[in-house]
Amino acid sequence: MTRLSSRLRGLDFQQAVVYFGFLAIFLFFAITLYDDGFLTQRNLTNIVLQTAPATIMAIGLVFALSAGEIDLSFGSIVAVSALSCAVALQSFPLPVGVLVGLGVGVAIGAFNGVLVAYLKLPSFLVTLATMGLFAGIARSMTNLRSIPVMNETFTGIFGSGKLFSVPSLVIWTVLGVGVGHLLYRHTRFGAHVLATGDNPRAAQVSGIKVPRVRLYVLMICGGCAGLAGLLYAGRLQAAKYTLGESDLMTVIAAVIVGGTALNGGKGSVVGALLGSLLMGMLNNGLILMNLKVSDQMIVRGLIILIAVAVSLRDSSR
Amino acid sequence: MSGAEVLALNNIHKAFGGVVAIQDFSLNLKAGEVVALVGDNGAGKSTLIKIISGVYSPTSGDIELDGEKAGFRDASAAREKGIEVVYQDLALADQQPVYMNMFLGRELTKGPLNLLDKKRMRRETQELVDELDVRIPSASSTISNLSGGQRQGVAIARATHWASKLVLLDEPTAALGVAETARVEALIEQLKAKDLAILIISHSLDQVFRLSDRICVLRRGEQIGVRETAKTDKNEIVSMITGVA
Repeated sequence: MTRLSSRLRGLDFQQAVVYFGFLAIFLFFAITLYDDGFLTQRNLTNIVLQTAPATIMAIGLVFALSAGEIDLSFGSIVAVSALSCAVALQSFPLPVGVLVGLGVGVAIGAFNGVLVAYLKLPSFLVTLATMGLFAGIARSMTNLRSIPVMNETFTGIFGSGKLFSVPSLVIWTVLGVGVGHLLYRHTRFGAHVLATGDNPRAAQVSGIKVPRVRLYVLMICGGCAGLAGLLYAGRLQAAKYTLGESDLMTVIAAVIVGGTALNGGKGSVVGALLGSLLMGMLNNGLILMNLKVSDQMIVRGLIILIAVAVSLRDSSR
Repeated sequence: MSGAEVLALNNIHKAFGGVVAIQDFSLNLKAGEVVALVGDNGAGKSTLIKIISGVYSPTSGDIELDGEKAGFRDASAAREKGIEVVYQDLALADQQPVYMNMFLGRELTKGPLNLLDKKRMRRETQELVDELDVRIPSASSTISNLSGGQRQGVAIARATHWASKLVLLDEPTAALGVAETARVEALIEQLKAKDLAILIISHSLDQVFRLSDRICVLRRGEQIGVRETAKTDKNEIVSMITGVA
């Protein structure tokens, strides 16, 4: 009991707001959209399935932001990874395709990371540039064509398949969040990421290899984006240069709403999952409300603005 | 009062390009001894601390630790030899709990997966702050919720925990109030009682006279002299610092 109350006191507002926001929006849609089928198991499962790639990207971004860096290029990495994987699957067996997809993601992350960690360029500018660079590469790779993914094992594992009647995208989400949370909260690496974002000088004089941490978080970001690319390719059974293009705002919002500080030193992988589900729920609810696409964008933008403002309010104190 | 010789600096010289920061500096430190390093701004005190802690390497001269020549490649190497620094800015990660700061860069792990042993880190931190009488709400408190004196206490407790030979303190009470300063000074006395050698930089001559066994004066990178605290007075030290007789 005392442990519980001390835990509650330790729970800070910024980290907790996502739970309340999640609950509030869920209840709102559950009531107003009850007749439109918001609460059906099928619709709720759909939300989780649709947000799976964004959730995986969000996990990577938690690491980058916590270390005081940012990755704006993950959307482009998603496209390049998915396309590379799809092209590889046309002539090679499944493991090769998967390795190519993930490898491309990690490699682009490493490219970002080397520029940031060892050439000391600001990650905002580096990844802003590589976002454009790899968006261009994604377009030129296949001349804007989309590449079908015929390998049914692949589309099963990374898309529509099930294991013990649990959809594979749900398994990927749980696996991603579980591994991400463990790494973030319970390993020395996670502690070093937080210390680096919190006070790089303190981290450095404490013997933490700060540049290496910066390299690794951007590689994790790239790797997560690569996995997200595979999930898109698996679910849509095709890869296209547009994949991941529209995820930048949603994922950043999900991570911030989930209690991760924009300037480092603080964050939550589980919060990012909830943030991502919250964004997915929002998308889903606004569609069920029959709003025009333009109106959806406006409402979504406003709600994200409110959510971010509320979750950041505490840190300006 | 004076134990075995822990650290010897022999003819240390440091230049940055053409600018001489330290010239011909020699000093011995014994276990259980507090030596104060005083001098005006820009006298080279912080540079000297950085040389001892391995952040800078001297241009010439050598450092002996326990009578053995020690050339530290970097700060980690000096730390491994039992030299700890309490920096002026404390080098704490503000948004992390006290226990993670206590073990920053040296986190304890357990099990086959090498997961953080938070329980043990919390317990050891609590024991340490209790022992040193650093009054903080708990080992799990976030640093940013602590007062200046409590933070200083955490930084010093951290140094105490890891130092086996020497603690370097750079302006440990510069930002503190009267009561908090007294607490930190009591902490430093405890370090001394633990037979650590202590080198302290301070601008407060009152403090220097309260705490130190010897006083070493620097002026523009030059070593003006070393005095036994009991055998000197403020006037002499001030004139050594300013160069005005």
